[in-house]
Amino acid sequence: MSAVDTVVHLVYLACATSFVLGLHLMNAPATARRGNRISAAGMAVAIATTAVVLARDGSARSDAVAALVAGAGAGAVAGLIAARRVRMTAMPQLVSLFNAVGGGAAALIALGEPAGGTRAAVTGVLDVLIGAVTFSGSLVASGKLAGRIPGGPIVVPVGRAITALTGVAAVALAVLVVGFDAPSAALYGIAGCALAAGVLLTLPIGGADMPVVISLLNACTGTAVAMAGFVLESTPLIIAGGLVGAAGAILTKLMADAMNRSIGSIIAGGYGTSDAVA
Amino acid sequence: MSPLLMADLTVFVLALLVGFEVISKVPATLHTPLMSGANAIHGVVVVGVMLLAADVVTTGGYALLFVAAFGAAMNVAGGYAVTDRMLAMFRSRP
Repeated sequence: MSAVDTVVHLVYLACATSFVLGLHLMNAPATARRGNRISAAGMAVAIATTAVVLARDGSARSDAVAALVAGAGAGAVAGLIAARRVRMTAMPQLVSLFNAVGGGAAALIALGEPAGGTRAAVTGVLDVLIGAVTFSGSLVASGKLAGRIPGGPIVVPVGRAITALTGVAAVALAVLVVGFDAPSAALYGIAGCALAAGVLLTLPIGGADMPVVISLLNACTGTAVAMAGFVLESTPLIIAGGLVGAAGAILTKLMADAMNRSIGSIIAGGYGTSDAVA
Repeated sequence: MSPLLMADLTVFVLALLVGFEVISKVPATLHTPLMSGANAIHGVVVVGVMLLAADVVTTGGYALLFVAAFGAAMNVAGGYAVTDRMLAMFRSRP
Protein backbone atom coordinates (compact mmCIF):
# COMPACT_ATOMS: atom_id res chain seq x y z
CA MET A 1 0.00 0.00 0.00
CA SER A 2 1.52 3.30 -1.08
CA ALA A 3 1.68 6.35 1.15
CA VAL A 4 -1.07 8.04 -0.83
CA ASP A 5 -3.36 5.01 -0.45
CA THR A 6 -2.76 5.05 3.28
CA VAL A 7 -3.65 8.74 3.53
CA VAL A 8 -6.78 8.18 1.40
CA HIS A 9 -7.93 5.35 3.67
CA LEU A 10 -7.34 7.42 6.80
CA VAL A 11 -9.25 10.36 5.32
CA TYR A 12 -12.17 8.05 4.46
CA LEU A 13 -12.08 6.78 8.04
CA ALA A 14 -12.28 10.36 9.32
CA CYS A 15 -15.26 10.99 7.02
CA ALA A 16 -17.03 7.89 8.32
CA THR A 17 -16.42 9.16 11.86
CA SER A 18 -17.96 12.52 10.99
CA PHE A 19 -21.09 10.74 9.67
CA VAL A 20 -21.52 8.79 12.92
CA LEU A 21 -20.80 11.87 15.04
CA GLY A 22 -23.13 14.01 12.95
CA LEU A 23 -25.96 11.50 13.21
CA HIS A 24 -25.44 11.25 16.96
CA LEU A 25 -25.54 15.03 17.45
CA MET A 26 -28.82 15.13 15.51
CA ASN A 27 -30.53 13.30 18.39
CA ALA A 28 -30.98 16.56 20.34
CA PRO A 29 -32.44 19.87 19.10
CA ALA A 30 -29.60 21.96 20.55
CA THR A 31 -26.84 20.18 18.63
CA ALA A 32 -28.76 18.97 15.58
CA ARG A 33 -27.71 21.70 13.16
CA ARG A 34 -24.05 21.36 14.12
CA GLY A 35 -24.36 17.61 13.63
CA ASN A 36 -25.70 18.04 10.11
CA ARG A 37 -22.88 20.43 9.25
CA ILE A 38 -20.21 18.08 10.60
CA SER A 39 -21.68 15.32 8.49
CA ALA A 40 -21.80 17.63 5.43
CA ALA A 41 -18.15 18.61 5.95
CA GLY A 42 -17.19 14.93 6.09
CA MET A 43 -19.11 14.35 2.86
CA ALA A 44 -17.35 17.25 1.11
CA VAL A 45 -13.96 15.84 2.14
CA ALA A 46 -14.94 12.35 0.97
CA ILE A 47 -15.99 13.69 -2.45
CA ALA A 48 -12.82 15.80 -2.81
CA THR A 49 -10.66 12.82 -1.82
CA THR A 50 -12.37 10.60 -4.36
CA ALA A 51 -11.79 13.24 -7.04
CA VAL A 52 -8.07 13.16 -6.20
CA VAL A 53 -8.07 9.34 -6.33
CA LEU A 54 -9.78 9.41 -9.72
CA ALA A 55 -7.38 12.01 -11.12
CA ARG A 56 -4.32 10.15 -9.82
CA ASP A 57 -5.56 6.80 -11.08
CA GLY A 58 -6.06 8.26 -14.54
CA SER A 59 -7.89 5.22 -15.93
CA ALA A 60 -11.19 7.07 -16.40
CA ARG A 61 -11.72 8.10 -20.03
CA SER A 62 -12.27 11.76 -20.77
CA ASP A 63 -15.82 11.06 -21.99
CA ALA A 64 -16.62 9.35 -18.69
CA VAL A 65 -15.20 12.28 -16.71
CA ALA A 66 -17.24 14.71 -18.83
CA ALA A 67 -20.43 12.71 -18.22
CA LEU A 68 -19.65 12.53 -14.51
CA VAL A 69 -18.91 16.24 -14.10
CA ALA A 70 -21.89 17.34 -16.20
CA GLY A 71 -24.30 15.00 -14.40
CA ALA A 72 -23.02 15.79 -10.92
CA GLY A 73 -22.97 19.53 -11.59
CA ALA A 74 -26.52 19.60 -12.95
CA GLY A 75 -27.76 17.32 -10.16
CA ALA A 76 -26.15 19.39 -7.41
CA VAL A 77 -27.61 22.63 -8.80
CA ALA A 78 -31.06 21.06 -9.18
CA GLY A 79 -30.89 19.69 -5.62
CA LEU A 80 -29.76 22.99 -4.11
CA ILE A 81 -32.41 25.01 -5.94
CA ALA A 82 -35.13 22.58 -4.91
CA ALA A 83 -33.92 22.63 -1.28
CA ARG A 84 -33.84 26.45 -1.20
CA ARG A 85 -37.22 27.04 -2.80
CA VAL A 86 -39.33 24.32 -1.22
CA ARG A 87 -41.99 25.42 1.27
CA MET A 88 -41.56 24.14 4.82
CA THR A 89 -44.71 22.02 4.52
CA ALA A 90 -43.51 20.42 1.29
CA MET A 91 -40.15 19.26 2.70
CA PRO A 92 -41.06 15.60 3.37
CA GLN A 93 -41.94 14.95 -0.26
CA LEU A 94 -38.71 16.63 -1.38
CA VAL A 95 -36.74 14.36 0.98
CA SER A 96 -38.57 11.42 -0.58
CA LEU A 97 -37.60 12.66 -4.05
CA PHE A 98 -33.93 12.94 -2.99
CA ASN A 99 -34.22 9.45 -1.53
CA ALA A 100 -35.59 8.19 -4.84
CA VAL A 101 -32.75 9.57 -6.97
CA GLY A 102 -30.18 8.33 -4.43
CA GLY A 103 -31.62 4.81 -4.56
CA GLY A 104 -31.78 4.98 -8.33
CA ALA A 105 -28.10 5.99 -8.48
CA ALA A 106 -27.19 3.06 -6.23
CA ALA A 107 -29.07 0.66 -8.53
CA LEU A 108 -27.38 2.15 -11.61
CA ILE A 109 -23.94 1.48 -10.09
CA ALA A 110 -24.59 -2.28 -10.15
CA LEU A 111 -26.02 -2.01 -13.69
CA GLY A 112 -22.98 -0.08 -14.91
CA GLU A 113 -20.21 -2.02 -13.19
CA PRO A 114 -18.98 -4.97 -15.25
CA ALA A 115 -19.79 -8.11 -13.26
CA GLY A 116 -16.96 -10.19 -11.89
CA GLY A 117 -17.30 -13.14 -9.55
CA THR A 118 -19.96 -14.41 -7.18
CA ARG A 119 -19.42 -11.65 -4.66
CA ALA A 120 -20.16 -8.90 -7.16
CA ALA A 121 -23.11 -10.90 -8.56
CA VAL A 122 -24.79 -11.40 -5.18
CA THR A 123 -24.32 -7.84 -3.94
CA GLY A 124 -25.05 -6.46 -7.41
CA VAL A 125 -28.41 -8.26 -7.51
CA LEU A 126 -29.29 -7.01 -4.02
CA ASP A 127 -28.21 -3.49 -4.96
CA VAL A 128 -30.40 -3.42 -8.10
CA LEU A 129 -33.34 -5.02 -6.29
CA ILE A 130 -33.37 -2.73 -3.24
CA GLY A 131 -32.32 0.38 -5.16
CA ALA A 132 -35.03 0.02 -7.82
CA VAL A 133 -37.78 -0.70 -5.25
CA THR A 134 -36.85 2.43 -3.29
CA PHE A 135 -36.61 4.50 -6.48
CA SER A 136 -40.16 3.81 -7.67
CA GLY A 137 -41.56 3.49 -4.12
CA SER A 138 -40.13 6.86 -3.05
CA LEU A 139 -41.42 8.54 -6.20
CA VAL A 140 -44.94 7.26 -5.43
CA ALA A 141 -44.59 8.33 -1.77
CA SER A 142 -43.43 11.79 -2.87
CA GLY A 143 -46.28 12.06 -5.37
CA LYS A 144 -48.82 11.09 -2.72
CA LEU A 145 -47.60 13.74 -0.28
CA ALA A 146 -47.49 16.37 -3.02
CA GLY A 147 -51.04 15.50 -4.11
CA ARG A 148 -50.01 14.46 -7.62
CA ILE A 149 -51.22 10.97 -6.72
CA PRO A 150 -54.42 10.68 -4.62
CA GLY A 151 -53.36 10.40 -0.97
CA GLY A 152 -55.81 7.69 0.01
CA PRO A 153 -54.97 4.01 -0.13
CA ILE A 154 -55.19 2.94 -3.76
CA VAL A 155 -55.97 -0.75 -3.98
CA VAL A 156 -54.91 -2.14 -7.34
CA PRO A 157 -57.06 -5.10 -8.45
CA VAL A 158 -55.07 -8.30 -7.86
CA GLY A 159 -52.18 -5.99 -6.94
CA ARG A 160 -50.95 -8.41 -4.29
CA ALA A 161 -50.81 -11.23 -6.80
CA ILE A 162 -48.89 -9.08 -9.29
CA THR A 163 -46.46 -7.99 -6.56
CA ALA A 164 -45.88 -11.62 -5.60
CA LEU A 165 -45.38 -12.49 -9.27
CA THR A 166 -42.76 -9.76 -9.76
CA GLY A 167 -41.06 -11.04 -6.61
CA VAL A 168 -40.93 -14.59 -7.94
CA ALA A 169 -39.66 -13.38 -11.32
CA ALA A 170 -36.96 -11.27 -9.65
CA VAL A 171 -35.82 -14.20 -7.50
CA ALA A 172 -35.71 -16.49 -10.57
CA LEU A 173 -33.61 -13.94 -12.47
CA ALA A 174 -31.39 -13.47 -9.41
CA VAL A 175 -30.72 -17.23 -9.31
CA LEU A 176 -29.81 -17.10 -13.01
CA VAL A 177 -27.41 -14.19 -12.46
CA VAL A 178 -25.70 -15.59 -9.36
CA GLY A 179 -25.69 -19.29 -10.19
CA PHE A 180 -25.50 -19.45 -13.97
CA ASP A 181 -23.70 -16.28 -15.06
CA ALA A 182 -26.74 -15.01 -16.94
CA PRO A 183 -26.07 -12.06 -19.30
CA SER A 184 -26.32 -8.60 -17.78
CA ALA A 185 -29.74 -8.16 -19.42
CA ALA A 186 -31.09 -10.30 -16.55
CA LEU A 187 -30.05 -7.50 -14.16
CA TYR A 188 -32.24 -5.10 -16.13
CA GLY A 189 -35.07 -7.62 -15.82
CA ILE A 190 -34.61 -7.63 -12.05
CA ALA A 191 -34.64 -3.83 -12.09
CA GLY A 192 -37.92 -3.85 -14.04
CA CYS A 193 -39.56 -6.28 -11.60
CA ALA A 194 -38.32 -4.23 -8.63
CA LEU A 195 -39.62 -0.97 -10.13
CA ALA A 196 -43.09 -2.49 -10.55
CA ALA A 197 -43.00 -3.95 -7.04
CA GLY A 198 -42.02 -0.58 -5.55
CA VAL A 199 -45.06 1.11 -7.12
CA LEU A 200 -47.45 -1.71 -6.18
CA LEU A 201 -46.21 -1.85 -2.59
CA THR A 202 -46.53 1.91 -1.99
CA LEU A 203 -49.85 2.66 -3.75
CA PRO A 204 -52.10 0.87 -1.18
CA ILE A 205 -50.57 2.83 1.72
CA GLY A 206 -52.53 5.89 2.87
CA GLY A 207 -51.01 9.38 2.80
CA ALA A 208 -51.07 9.71 6.59
CA ASP A 209 -48.61 6.83 6.90
CA MET A 210 -46.26 8.23 4.25
CA PRO A 211 -43.65 9.78 6.59
CA VAL A 212 -43.03 6.34 8.12
CA VAL A 213 -42.88 4.77 4.65
CA ILE A 214 -40.37 7.39 3.49
CA SER A 215 -38.23 6.64 6.52
CA LEU A 216 -38.42 2.91 5.73
CA LEU A 217 -37.47 3.53 2.09
CA ASN A 218 -34.65 5.75 3.34
CA ALA A 219 -33.29 2.81 5.34
CA CYS A 220 -33.61 0.65 2.21
CA THR A 221 -31.59 3.15 0.17
CA GLY A 222 -28.89 3.04 2.84
CA THR A 223 -28.73 -0.73 2.46
CA ALA A 224 -28.65 -0.45 -1.34
CA VAL A 225 -25.74 2.01 -1.07
CA ALA A 226 -23.89 -0.44 1.19
CA MET A 227 -24.44 -3.16 -1.44
CA ALA A 228 -23.08 -0.79 -4.09
CA GLY A 229 -20.08 -0.42 -1.77
CA PHE A 230 -19.57 -4.20 -1.90
CA VAL A 231 -19.80 -4.17 -5.70
CA LEU A 232 -17.21 -1.39 -5.97
CA GLU A 233 -15.16 -2.58 -2.96
CA SER A 234 -15.48 0.88 -1.46
CA THR A 235 -15.38 1.11 2.34
CA PRO A 236 -16.97 4.59 2.73
CA LEU A 237 -20.07 3.38 0.88
CA ILE A 238 -20.30 0.25 3.02
CA ILE A 239 -19.94 2.20 6.27
CA ALA A 240 -22.27 5.11 5.44
CA GLY A 241 -24.80 2.80 3.77
CA GLY A 242 -24.88 0.36 6.69
CA LEU A 243 -25.10 3.23 9.15
CA VAL A 244 -28.10 4.79 7.41
CA GLY A 245 -29.70 1.40 6.85
CA ALA A 246 -29.70 0.58 10.57
CA ALA A 247 -30.34 4.10 11.87
CA GLY A 248 -33.18 4.49 9.37
CA ALA A 249 -34.73 1.22 10.53
CA ILE A 250 -34.67 2.33 14.19
CA LEU A 251 -36.04 5.75 13.22
CA THR A 252 -38.86 4.08 11.26
CA LYS A 253 -39.79 2.12 14.39
CA LEU A 254 -39.71 5.31 16.52
CA MET A 255 -41.91 7.18 14.02
CA ALA A 256 -44.42 4.32 13.81
CA ASP A 257 -44.54 4.11 17.62
CA ALA A 258 -45.12 7.87 17.87
CA MET A 259 -48.16 7.45 15.61
CA ASN A 260 -49.40 4.36 17.47
CA ARG A 261 -49.06 2.30 14.32
CA SER A 262 -47.21 -0.93 13.73
CA ILE A 263 -44.83 -1.13 10.78
CA GLY A 264 -46.50 -4.35 9.65
CA SER A 265 -49.94 -2.80 9.39
CA ILE A 266 -48.52 0.25 7.60
CA ILE A 267 -46.91 -1.90 4.90
CA ALA A 268 -50.11 -3.94 4.59
CA GLY A 269 -51.80 -0.68 3.60
CA GLY A 270 -55.44 0.17 3.16
CA TYR A 271 -55.49 2.46 6.19
CA GLY A 272 -56.95 5.96 6.29
CA THR A 273 -59.01 8.06 3.96
CA SER A 274 -58.00 10.41 1.20
CA ASP A 275 -56.34 13.36 2.90
CA ALA A 276 -56.45 16.94 1.74
CA VAL A 277 -52.72 17.60 1.60
CA ALA A 278 -52.15 20.25 -1.02
CA MET B 1 -14.36 -16.30 0.86
CA SER B 2 -11.55 -13.84 0.28
CA PRO B 3 -9.94 -11.93 3.16
CA LEU B 4 -11.06 -8.69 1.50
CA LEU B 5 -14.71 -9.79 1.52
CA MET B 6 -14.39 -10.87 5.16
CA ALA B 7 -13.03 -7.44 6.06
CA ASP B 8 -15.81 -5.66 4.13
CA LEU B 9 -18.46 -7.86 5.75
CA THR B 10 -17.03 -7.12 9.21
CA VAL B 11 -17.10 -3.39 8.54
CA PHE B 12 -20.67 -3.64 7.24
CA VAL B 13 -22.00 -5.52 10.29
CA LEU B 14 -20.22 -3.16 12.69
CA ALA B 15 -21.64 -0.17 10.78
CA LEU B 16 -25.12 -1.67 11.17
CA LEU B 17 -24.58 -2.06 14.92
CA VAL B 18 -23.35 1.53 15.23
CA GLY B 19 -26.39 2.65 13.25
CA PHE B 20 -28.72 0.85 15.66
CA GLU B 21 -27.00 2.39 18.68
CA VAL B 22 -26.49 5.95 17.45
CA ILE B 23 -30.22 6.70 17.41
CA SER B 24 -31.42 6.98 20.99
CA LYS B 25 -34.55 8.58 22.37
CA VAL B 26 -35.23 11.23 19.74
CA PRO B 27 -37.93 13.84 20.42
CA ALA B 28 -40.74 13.55 17.85
CA THR B 29 -39.99 17.05 16.49
CA LEU B 30 -36.62 15.77 15.30
CA HIS B 31 -37.92 12.69 13.50
CA THR B 32 -38.24 14.36 10.10
CA PRO B 33 -34.92 16.28 10.26
CA LEU B 34 -33.14 13.11 11.38
CA MET B 35 -34.66 11.17 8.49
CA SER B 36 -33.58 13.96 6.14
CA GLY B 37 -30.08 13.99 7.63
CA ALA B 38 -29.73 10.23 7.22
CA ASN B 39 -31.03 10.65 3.67
CA ALA B 40 -28.20 13.11 2.98
CA ILE B 41 -25.61 10.69 4.40
CA HIS B 42 -26.54 7.95 1.96
CA GLY B 43 -25.79 10.57 -0.69
CA VAL B 44 -22.28 9.12 -0.25
CA VAL B 45 -23.41 7.05 -3.24
CA VAL B 46 -21.93 9.95 -5.26
CA VAL B 47 -18.49 8.63 -4.25
CA GLY B 48 -19.50 5.27 -5.71
CA VAL B 49 -20.63 6.90 -8.94
CA MET B 50 -17.26 8.67 -9.18
CA LEU B 51 -15.48 5.31 -8.76
CA LEU B 52 -17.74 3.84 -11.44
CA ALA B 53 -16.47 6.49 -13.87
CA ALA B 54 -13.12 4.66 -13.97
CA ASP B 55 -14.79 1.53 -15.39
CA VAL B 56 -17.30 2.66 -18.03
CA VAL B 57 -16.15 2.52 -21.64
CA THR B 58 -19.32 2.47 -23.77
CA THR B 59 -21.71 5.19 -24.90
CA GLY B 60 -24.51 3.51 -22.97
CA GLY B 61 -22.22 3.45 -19.96
CA TYR B 62 -21.59 7.19 -20.25
CA ALA B 63 -25.34 7.87 -20.41
CA LEU B 64 -25.91 5.67 -17.35
CA LEU B 65 -23.04 7.44 -15.57
CA PHE B 66 -24.58 10.85 -16.33
CA VAL B 67 -27.97 9.84 -14.92
CA ALA B 68 -26.41 8.20 -11.85
CA ALA B 69 -24.21 11.25 -11.21
CA PHE B 70 -27.22 13.54 -11.54
CA GLY B 71 -29.27 11.54 -9.04
CA ALA B 72 -26.46 11.05 -6.55
CA ALA B 73 -25.36 14.70 -6.60
CA MET B 74 -28.98 15.85 -6.23
CA ASN B 75 -29.37 13.50 -3.25
CA VAL B 76 -26.25 14.70 -1.46
CA ALA B 77 -26.39 18.45 -2.17
CA GLY B 78 -30.15 18.84 -1.80
CA GLY B 79 -30.26 16.49 1.18
CA TYR B 80 -27.83 18.49 3.31
CA ALA B 81 -29.31 21.83 2.23
CA VAL B 82 -32.90 20.89 3.05
CA THR B 83 -31.87 19.36 6.40
CA ASP B 84 -30.05 22.56 7.30
CA ARG B 85 -33.16 24.58 6.46
CA MET B 86 -35.34 22.33 8.60
CA LEU B 87 -32.95 22.63 11.54
CA ALA B 88 -32.72 26.39 11.17
CA MET B 89 -36.32 26.48 12.45
CA PHE B 90 -35.19 25.13 15.82
CA ARG B 91 -32.99 28.12 16.60
CA SER B 92 -35.80 30.63 17.08
CA ARG B 93 -37.64 28.37 19.51
CA PRO B 94 -37.06 28.68 23.27
